[in-house]
Amino acid sequence: MAAPPGRARRRWAAWAFLAPVTVYLVVFYAYPLYRNLDLSLRDYTVRSFVEGNAPFAGLDHYRGVVRDPSFGPALWHTTVFTAVSIAFQFAIGLGLAVFFRRHFPLSRTLRALFLVPWLLPLIVSASTWSWMLNSESGVVNSVLQRLGGSPINWLTSPRWALASVTIANIWIGIPFNLVLLHSGLEGIPASIEEAAALDGAGPWQRFWRVTFPMLRPVSAITLLLGLIYTLKVFDIVWIMTRGGPADSSSTLATWSYRLGFGNMLPAFSPGAAVGNLLIVMALMFGLIYIRVQRRQDAP
Amino acid sequence: MTGRAPRWKTGVGVLLTAVMLFPIYWMVNVSLTRGQDMRKSPPDWVPLHATLDGYRAVLDQQLPYLGTSIVIGLGTVALTLVLAAPAGYALAKLRPAGAGALGFVLLIAQMIPAVIMAMGFYAIYLAVGALNTLPGLIVADSTIAVPFGVLVFTAFMSGIPPEVVEAAEVDGAGALRIFWSIILPLSRNAIITVSLFAFLWAWSDFVFASTLDQGGELQPITLGIYRYIGNNNQEWNAIMATAVVASIPATVLLLVAQRYVAAGITAGAVKD
Repeated sequence: MAAPPGRARRRWAAWAFLAPVTVYLVVFYAYPLYRNLDLSLRDYTVRSFVEGNAPFAGLDHYRGVVRDPSFGPALWHTTVFTAVSIAFQFAIGLGLAVFFRRHFPLSRTLRALFLVPWLLPLIVSASTWSWMLNSESGVVNSVLQRLGGSPINWLTSPRWALASVTIANIWIGIPFNLVLLHSGLEGIPASIEEAAALDGAGPWQRFWRVTFPMLRPVSAITLLLGLIYTLKVFDIVWIMTRGGPADSSSTLATWSYRLGFGNMLPAFSPGAAVGNLLIVMALMFGLIYIRVQRRQDAP
Repeated sequence: MTGRAPRWKTGVGVLLTAVMLFPIYWMVNVSLTRGQDMRKSPPDWVPLHATLDGYRAVLDQQLPYLGTSIVIGLGTVALTLVLAAPAGYALAKLRPAGAGALGFVLLIAQMIPAVIMAMGFYAIYLAVGALNTLPGLIVADSTIAVPFGVLVFTAFMSGIPPEVVEAAEVDGAGALRIFWSIILPLSRNAIITVSLFAFLWAWSDFVFASTLDQGGELQPITLGIYRYIGNNNQEWNAIMATAVVASIPATVLLLVAQRYVAAGITAGAVKD
């Protein structure tokens, strides 16, 4: 039996509505990614970039970037930057979410104000932090000196550059963690904790034994989204240090950009290879995220 | 639970907020500082000798950048809505075979770093001559917002009761009519959320602008600020004044649409 005409028409209508976004995804997502892959598998120079006749190079560029002396540091900095950022963002976000859990006068307004760092253009945050961390005239060193410490070359010494961009990134990511964890806490019924309180559990015990385990699904989502988001952070690092001094704060994202766009003579092919490695990493965590989310949505 | 030391909590809350927002206060403070006080040690904690020199520099030098950013932002909003709203309707209400796969692709698309997309776009734009053009930059910026927009519209429109649509179908309305006269008017909140974020992300974009519009005649404000810093400019009051002005959309957004912002973040927004 053929499908009723209404249903067939509906199916056509559905795809008519989906056609624009499908075409868009193919042309403006799939095609640039394909071009990126093509870039990494051929020997592109500035000339062949224009003429489009670059010779096939196979996996040479991938081998090249992995053996490059810049690769190890970039991978290590990406790992440290991501892990430290997420750990602090999550811990501070969780603390604030618990603090804002019970309403008090002004709590709604203050919680809204906490969102500001997340909404500012990254170039605004990055340039503000750059000036605050300026060695001679920055407010941070001024406070350090008043407290009896000695000034630190935050952005210009290889020892501190990565720490500086990490601090700025933590500041930007706190609101995101606060909002997600706060809405997660709102979803936990107060009656459960009250029951635990009746059983004689103190506030500390109540939180770690009852509330925190119940918050685990939201925590997992928050951490995974944070991971995907932090892996691809580029603006902050590039604007504050350009990955320097001497590669001391370079990540895979800034290295890829520097290879492709940061030098007088662009190295598109190695740049694309680094970028594709980063995509593979982001997608790995992305798939884990989707799995976790699906499992939570299932009853 | 009322009456248990809420005042004490408000005090701590204000203190925490002040610490968190200190960099923003500092940006405003520096933007009002006189040139000769810029390297004073210790710095002035409040703008005692406030000057508007920095803002005068913004008016003199940055207006074209700001105008360009507004055009790019509005263009990105329009493109995102036109693509995302119909798709959300189809995924939420018409559910054709393959809808699940498309939803999956959108989730994945959200995770691809813009800095990597930029290189592919550069290669394509170079070939078709779209480098340094506003439509080119608008299309690239929209890739940040379109997957998010479809997901928000789908989630929101799924919440519209099926009876509403069924009643219209009984009256003989087609899919287009239902979408235009019933679903869209009911989706006002989703439209606002998506528009706000699309505008904000396009306004804030630095990656696409710095790669695809390096040599453009019309450049957005993010490049305006970057130029300022890059030229080893020592007039930090002017740089910070530009930063303050560039923060206005975010501030307005928070003032007028706070609940949409929180809704947008919880919708799983992955910001670039």
